[in-house]
Amino acid sequence: MKISRLGATAAVITALSLGLSACAANETAAPQGGGADSGLTGTLSGVGASSMASAQETWTTEFQTEHTGVTVNYSPDGSGAGREAFAGGGADFAGSDRALKPEEAAADALGNSRCAPGAAAIDLPVYISPIAVIFNVEGVTELNLDAATIAQIFSGKITKWNDPRIAAQNEGAKLPDLNITAVHRADDSGTTENFTEYLNALAPQDWPHEPDGIWPIQGGEAAPQTSGVVDAVSNGTGTIGYADASRAGDLGVARIKVGDSYVAYSPEAAAAVVDASPLDTSGGRSEHDLAVRLDRKASGEVYPIVLISYAIACEKYQDPKTAELVKAYLGYIASTEGQAAAHEKAGAAPLSAELSGKVADAVAAIS
Amino acid sequence: MSEPTSGAPLSTGRDRAPGPDREVRRIGDRVFRGLSTGSGIAILVVLALVAAFLVWQGIPALTAPLDQLQYRQPFAEYVLPFAFGTVWAAFLALLMGVPVAIGVALFISHYAPRRLATGLGYVIDLLAAVPSVVFGLWGIGVLAPMMQPVYRWLEENLGWFPLFAGPASGTGRTILTAAIVLAVMILPIVTALSREVFLQTPRLHEEAALALGATRWEMIRMAVLPFSRPGIISAAMLGLGRALGETMAVAMVLSPSTVISFVLNSSTNPNTIAANIALSFPESYNLGVNQLIATGLVLFVITLAVNMIARWIVSRRKAFSGAN
Repeated sequence: MKISRLGATAAVITALSLGLSACAANETAAPQGGGADSGLTGTLSGVGASSMASAQETWTTEFQTEHTGVTVNYSPDGSGAGREAFAGGGADFAGSDRALKPEEAAADALGNSRCAPGAAAIDLPVYISPIAVIFNVEGVTELNLDAATIAQIFSGKITKWNDPRIAAQNEGAKLPDLNITAVHRADDSGTTENFTEYLNALAPQDWPHEPDGIWPIQGGEAAPQTSGVVDAVSNGTGTIGYADASRAGDLGVARIKVGDSYVAYSPEAAAAVVDASPLDTSGGRSEHDLAVRLDRKASGEVYPIVLISYAIACEKYQDPKTAELVKAYLGYIASTEGQAAAHEKAGAAPLSAELSGKVADAVAAIS
Repeated sequence: MSEPTSGAPLSTGRDRAPGPDREVRRIGDRVFRGLSTGSGIAILVVLALVAAFLVWQGIPALTAPLDQLQYRQPFAEYVLPFAFGTVWAAFLALLMGVPVAIGVALFISHYAPRRLATGLGYVIDLLAAVPSVVFGLWGIGVLAPMMQPVYRWLEENLGWFPLFAGPASGTGRTILTAAIVLAVMILPIVTALSREVFLQTPRLHEEAALALGATRWEMIRMAVLPFSRPGIISAAMLGLGRALGETMAVAMVLSPSTVISFVLNSSTNPNTIAANIALSFPESYNLGVNQLIATGLVLFVITLAVNMIARWIVSRRKAFSGAN
């Protein structure tokens, strides 16, 4: 009757207004201009690797807080999509888990991009992420593994946790008689590419496969994305996998043999291996291109299983305003503050001071 | 004031036109007829557009030379494991889901007291409202760890049977787990439709069976199930459609490989077409995207074929089917 009809209408209106006001409250308040407002305005768009998605989020937030007139959009669609978008003119810069090949970076491959005609692309290392070998075995908190053992585990040659090859490296650990379930990435991933590159470089007899983003072996447990691998390892028993170290949570992380000793992952050790590696000077790269050829056999206190994500930019842009924004943003990313912020919020390994300086010089040359 | 003469047939209003060949039609009739015809045509147009898109975007992958492709395999070889995985997972899901759904529907329509029946109906419909991503999370977080000891037991005790042979998965993320998740997802669809069909059974048939001394179960077997068979098949085909196309839940729960394997409890499982597209799309570019869309076309064809077969089965019993 009339009262219940009125009540129903009132209920709908209340529900709608509550719901819609919740929507309004979610909009982030405009940042209260902190720091020097340098007068930069515009929009910057980047597409690329999902490995540095959380770092990019941190960076864009900090950058936009400092430069209130600028909007930076980073879309973590994947390294392949990022390189495509950059070369096709869909993005101002790209994020990629591997550097461009010299032929991809050359000026004649960039006809459709936002680079000025005749300008090449440069790769700037901005994100170093250690790849942790995570495991979940009851009663085992620490594990020492060398490259050959890891290769044999992940290729299925070692099937039990109490195999003598593992026990030999782990005196005193109570390894159970349990099947090993090795988890790898189901999707095409830069993490897989770097991990398989490490195995191929250090244990070629056990891992003869070429490094690739797609796992080369048929069979075995596969999980989608980093979160999938971490979930699979945490929820399973006797599982081992590889994933970005910042997402390892409280899972056990293996120590990797370097030279004669076992090194645990740490941001400094990861940055150290990048410093110990030479720049890739294979033909045709521009002088400011800082693609690194990782030397995974480097010695010392280095953690060799790392992933370097690059920011790919033009040396010269068609639009000088874009160049200015790119310079400012990439300059911030590579600076010590930017790297410290990424380390704190996203668990990345900060670039060493030396590399940071080289990247800053390369960024300064963008015009 | 004429009375019908003894020889003249009784005629309805429609047969007897007031003038030469003119039907009485009002604006409302015309508008409604136009709207319904238009809707029917619109659906066909949308379907045709989707098919055209799949074909137009898929053809470049089928005609390009191998070395230009991103996934360097001849197309048939590339898509066959995925097609197998799709059909196999959907078949397992149907095998597990449809009998349970029919049981629930029978319970709601013939056994349960009225209030419990309506309440149960609401709860089942609620299951349909759960997003598939949530099912995926439930699958990897709860179901897979729960099934893992079961798979180990199966391998140890029934390992001689080829379906249970594989080295038991350490995480429980196998095709059987994915099929269970799919079965739970198709349950509400099949239950809701079957329930409606069971309620359509002519009361006369049911009462007749009961009057002849049949027990409740015998009455169902004699009067309800034969009558409802086309409807059940129809419902199962709708459920199958969902199972064939389910993406996120399978992508999260299944541990995929590019093999054709019947083993139910190992880590090496065939992937499904939809889950493969979801996994590969972010890193695909150029002709790789076309290849993925071409696999989508294969899925479209599979679904179309299965549905056509179902419709044909239903149409053979058209006279019996109250659902038509």
